[in-house]
Amino acid sequence: MSGHYRFRDAARMEWVKLRSLRSTWWTLAVTVVAAAAIAVAVGINSEDASADLTNNALAGISVGLLLIGTLGVVTATGEHTSGTIRPTLAAIPNRPLVLAAKAAVFGAAALATGEAAAFVSFLVCRIALPAGVPGPALGQPEVLRAVVLGGAGYCLIGLLGLGFGAVVRHTALAVGLLVGGVYVVAMLVAPLAPALMPWLPIAVVANSLTVVEPGMAIGDVRFLSPWAGLGVLVLYAAVALGAGAWVLAERDA
Amino acid sequence: MIEIRDLSKRYGPTVAVDGLSFDVYPGAVTGFLGPNGAGKSTTMRMLLGLDRPDAGQALIGGRRYRELPWPLREVGALLEARAFHPGRSARAHLEALAAASAIPRSRVEEVLGLVGLAGVAGRRAGGLSLGMGQRLGIAAALLGDPGVLLLDEPVNGLDPEGIRWMRTLLRSLAAQGRVVLVSSHLIGEMALTAERLVVIGRGRLLAQTSVAELSAGAASLEDAFLELTAGEVEYR
Repeated sequence: MSGHYRFRDAARMEWVKLRSLRSTWWTLAVTVVAAAAIAVAVGINSEDASADLTNNALAGISVGLLLIGTLGVVTATGEHTSGTIRPTLAAIPNRPLVLAAKAAVFGAAALATGEAAAFVSFLVCRIALPAGVPGPALGQPEVLRAVVLGGAGYCLIGLLGLGFGAVVRHTALAVGLLVGGVYVVAMLVAPLAPALMPWLPIAVVANSLTVVEPGMAIGDVRFLSPWAGLGVLVLYAAVALGAGAWVLAERDA
Repeated sequence: MIEIRDLSKRYGPTVAVDGLSFDVYPGAVTGFLGPNGAGKSTTMRMLLGLDRPDAGQALIGGRRYRELPWPLREVGALLEARAFHPGRSARAHLEALAAASAIPRSRVEEVLGLVGLAGVAGRRAGGLSLGMGQRLGIAAALLGDPGVLLLDEPVNGLDPEGIRWMRTLLRSLAAQGRVVLVSSHLIGEMALTAERLVVIGRGRLLAQTSVAELSAGAASLEDAFLELTAGEVEYR
C-alpha cells in the first residue's frame, strides 16, 4: 500500500468488475465456440489444399469480432447506464487512468480469448479436413503469425468498441457505430471506393492479419501487409480510446 | 471539514448553484435542505469532483476531491439509490471499490454485515429492493471508514426500521468526530437526525444554522423551513 492510488489499483478494480458480470464470460465463451464451429464447417467443406486453409480456418473471427466488439462497448457504456461510473470515479478520480486500466484489463481478456479462438479454430479446422487434403501446420512459414495476429485482431476490435462506448456512452448508439464502422461501411466501400478497402478493420483482419501469403490483392486493390495491418488496427483503437479518455475527462459524470 | 466557496454551476441556461458558500464541521450531523432543484445534489456532485464547477471551489479538508491520495478512505458518498450494475452482486460491487482503494476484503464482509446485507450479498444486485439498494450504497460509503460522509437522500425507500437505523447510524458516525452532510426532503426526519442545518434555495444559501435555532421562532422545523424557502420554489 503506497501513498497514493495508482494504475494497479484501478486495474484491480476493473478486473473485479469485468469478471463479476456473467455476461462477460458468456460472450467470451460464445466467441470461442462460434469461431470453432465455423472452423469445423470450413474444414469439412474444404476440397482444395491449394487454398489458404489457415485463412479459411479463421473465417469465424468475423462473427467473433462483433461479439467481442459489442462486449467492449458494453464494458464502457454499462458503467454509465448503471451509474457505476460515479462510485468508480469517486474511488479513482483520475479519469484517464480509469479508462487506461479498463482498456488494459479488457484488452488482456479479449487478447486471451482471441488467441484461444484463433488457435482452437486452426486446430479443429485441421482435424475436420477430409482425408487427402493436407492441412497447414503451425511450423510452416507465416502460419503461426497468421493465427497469432488473428487472435490479436479480436483484442483490437474489442478495444475499438471500448473506445466507442466511452465516447458516446449510449449502448445502442455505440454498438451501431461499431457495426456500421466495421461491417456496413465495408459493404459500401467495396463497390463505391475500392481503394479504401485495405484500411477497413474487417478487411485488415480478414485479408492482412490472417493470410499466409502477405500482400494479397483483389483486382487493383492490394491489401496491407500483416504488420502494417496490425499497426492500422492499433491506431484505430488508440484514437477511439484517446477520444474516450478526453470525453471522460471533460464531461460531467 | 467541508468548505464550499463561491461555488457556481449552470447546465445550459439553468443555474443550478449560484455563488454558494458554507462550511460543514465534524462532530454533528449537518442537514442539507432545500426545495427540489435547489442545487443540493449538484453541490454534492461538485464536492466529489463528478461535475466541474463553473466558478468557486468545493474543498474537503482543504483539498479538492481529485487531490485526495485515497479518496474512499477519506470521503464516503451515497449519491443515488442505484449506482451499481444490476448484473453484479453486492459483494462484487464492494470488492471492486475495495480493490481500487487497497482496502482489505475483510472490510467488505464487515460493511455488508453492518448494513444488514450479508444474507443477499451474493445475489445479483438488480434484484435488491430500493431500501436494500440504499443499504448497499451506505455500505459503499462506509467501506473506507472515511472521516467525511456525503449522503444524498439516504432514507429514500427505507422502511421505518431502516429509517431509525439510519438515524442512529448517522448520529453515531458524527459522534465519532466525522463530518456528516445529509441532504433530505424530509424535514421531520431531519429534525430528529441533524443538529446543524444548511438551507439553500435556487442555488443560493438561505441559512446556515442549527435545528434548535431555526425552529425556535416557529411552530415546527417544517413551518420554519417552509417560511424560509417560500420565495425560492420555482414550480409554484
